[in-house]
Amino acid sequence: MLHAPFDPEVGAHVNIVVLVKQVPDTWAERKLQDSDKTLDRAAVDVVMNEIDEYAVEEALQIKEASGGEVTIVTMGPDRAVETIRKALSMGADKAVHLSDEALHGSCALQTSYALSKVLGSLEFDLVICGSESTDARLSIMAPLLAERLGLPQLSGARKVTVEGGTVRIERQTESGYDVVEASTPAIISVVEKINEPRYPSFKGIMAAKKKPLTSLTIADAGIEADKVGLASATSMVESFSNRPPRQAGQIVKDEGDGGVKVAEFLASRKFI
Amino acid sequence: MAEVLVLVDHIDGTPKKVTFELLTKARELGEPSAVFLGAPGQSAAALESLGRYGAQKVYVGESEEIAGFLTAPKAEIIAQLVQDKSPVAVLFPSSAEGKEVAARVAVRTGSGLLADAVDLDADGTATQSVFGGGVEVKAKVTVGTNLVTIRPNSTPPVEQAGAATVEQLTVSVSDAAKGAKIVESVVESKGGRPDLGDASVVVSGGRGVGAAEGFGVIEALADSLGAAVGASRAATDAGWYPHQNQVGQTGRTVSPQLYIAAGISGAIQHRAGMQTSKTIVAINKDPEAPIFELADFGLVGDLFTVVPALTEEITKRKN
Ligand SMILES: Cc1cc2nc3c(=O)[nH]c(=O)nc-3n(C[C@H](O)[C@H](O)[C@H](O)COP(=O)(O)OP(=O)(O)OC[C@H]3O[C@@H](n4cnc5c(N)ncnc54)[C@H](O)[C@@H]3O)c2cc1C
Ligand SMILES: Nc1ncnc2c1ncn2[C@@H]1O[C@H](COP(=O)(O)O)[C@@H](O)[C@H]1O
Repeated sequence: MLHAPFDPEVGAHVNIVVLVKQVPDTWAERKLQDSDKTLDRAAVDVVMNEIDEYAVEEALQIKEASGGEVTIVTMGPDRAVETIRKALSMGADKAVHLSDEALHGSCALQTSYALSKVLGSLEFDLVICGSESTDARLSIMAPLLAERLGLPQLSGARKVTVEGGTVRIERQTESGYDVVEASTPAIISVVEKINEPRYPSFKGIMAAKKKPLTSLTIADAGIEADKVGLASATSMVESFSNRPPRQAGQIVKDEGDGGVKVAEFLASRKFI
Repeated sequence: MAEVLVLVDHIDGTPKKVTFELLTKARELGEPSAVFLGAPGQSAAALESLGRYGAQKVYVGESEEIAGFLTAPKAEIIAQLVQDKSPVAVLFPSSAEGKEVAARVAVRTGSGLLADAVDLDADGTATQSVFGGGVEVKAKVTVGTNLVTIRPNSTPPVEQAGAATVEQLTVSVSDAAKGAKIVESVVESKGGRPDLGDASVVVSGGRGVGAAEGFGVIEALADSLGAAVGASRAATDAGWYPHQNQVGQTGRTVSPQLYIAAGISGAIQHRAGMQTSKTIVAINKDPEAPIFELADFGLVGDLFTVVPALTEEITKRKN
């Protein structure tokens, strides 16, 4: 990886890559396509993965405090450009969009391989991801990338500080919280407790149109075609069923005996 | 018979219920071996129960370095075991940590990974519930070792004695795996209640609870059922209940036998964390609240009268 070690002479400049994914709107009905059992991304409204807005915001706040550059990296179909524009209009400096037909149907492991290739060509102190995407809900991109790139990885940050080549986060645990530290370059993922994402301003939206956006094919990024895409995915969907929405059960109004009614239901299901 | 590795999920050596569930599942695929990784001396408390739930072997790796760094050391040890023992599958709990370790093992061993399974067949086919429970997928790992993370409460734990022969591992964590160091661990709450991710019953409160003190009625109901307490983001953001109890997309994902939501509207991000609960009960004063769409039993009423009356009735029936 092309990375200049931290130099106190140059100041605290922190270069950050934010991984941003475009996902179907969680409110929209999401379906798998019968043809190849992948998500029908064309048929739904798409938005920036909600938590990635917090990742962008965190990067912007670090940049505003220390100087440096914020680069957005997205892997996704052509229309993911809309999401990239939103990140740029929030204030990111530039973007790289990896888009290629060959990537369709890639599993998380293949996606991490492809993204690691793109990251390998960039210079950064920090990579910031969201804690999970609303479509895949895997929460594994950060550890996958860390393993591929040999970088320290700190996940689930609700607070981040970067100082003199050290990044320190606070993360929720099951009984309280941990403080975790690593030297940069490092990969972190953030949760929604971390900040309040800004809305793009009109000025921001106008400025975004002129910001550099590099589009890469897999060949441009040095990605081997037989290592990505549905045909070589590391897991395979054998079948799926669109379950009818959960049947609403019995709804009862409280007539002064609400507690007893619930207890009766619980007893009928052997919970008490 | 082929070996199946199970990563033991434990708190200071005491295995969580999900570990026994994974051992029970593992028996359908082959011969279960538990992998216990923790701080020195911790495994002693675990061996008996691991054997009771069918572990034929227990691989024990104990070192301060396992406990002092985030997931990478654990992944390193398991990847080594996969290489040495060629198991047919490795089962991990679907906790944040379990998924991270699994992801790293996948890269290290060149294997496929299925996360968040709600069921697993004897032939290794996993069932996953995606898009907020709207679609059920059956999938299989096609490359390398079958790595699967399974949600707690997916299968009832069943005892079946195993030999539990201990095999001590020599642990030497590489420098590369020591990148993310835990410099401080703060315990905010202990409480006697079961862990949220593991509990078979969860009682959650939301904005309708109104204040921190309001959670008293939620806790009382939880205690009458031996349940864990959860909260919506509105309640944790307001500081009424600790953040680690948040249920939802960015909180914990729970899949208990019974989920009771009181004063929670049922926003999509909340549903994402509780939708696969087997039975759902909602108490809300607004008959239009979306939570009623997925409730098996919904009670339209004020939680401050209904919940205490329910607690009283449960206590009465128990005696
Ligand atoms: C990126 C992102 C991540 C998020 N992650 C999560 C998450 O992990 N978990 C989560 O929960 N939310 C999450 N949210 C927030 C979510 O969108 C909702 O805002 C939140 O779940 C609402 O909480 P609530 O149901 O308690 O509050 P409200 O929506 O305000 O609902 C309160 C309910 O209580 C009822 N009520 C009021 N008083 C009483 C009474 N006395 N008796 C009975 N009922 C009463 C009302 O009728 C109402 O239905 C997230 C949002 C975003 C943008
Ligand atoms: N195709 C993608 N392009 C860019 N970033 C991604 C992509 N997929 C996942 N990510 C990042 O990884 C995080 C976790 O995603 P996931 O592991 O899929 O739940 C997201 O919040 C993004 O920051």
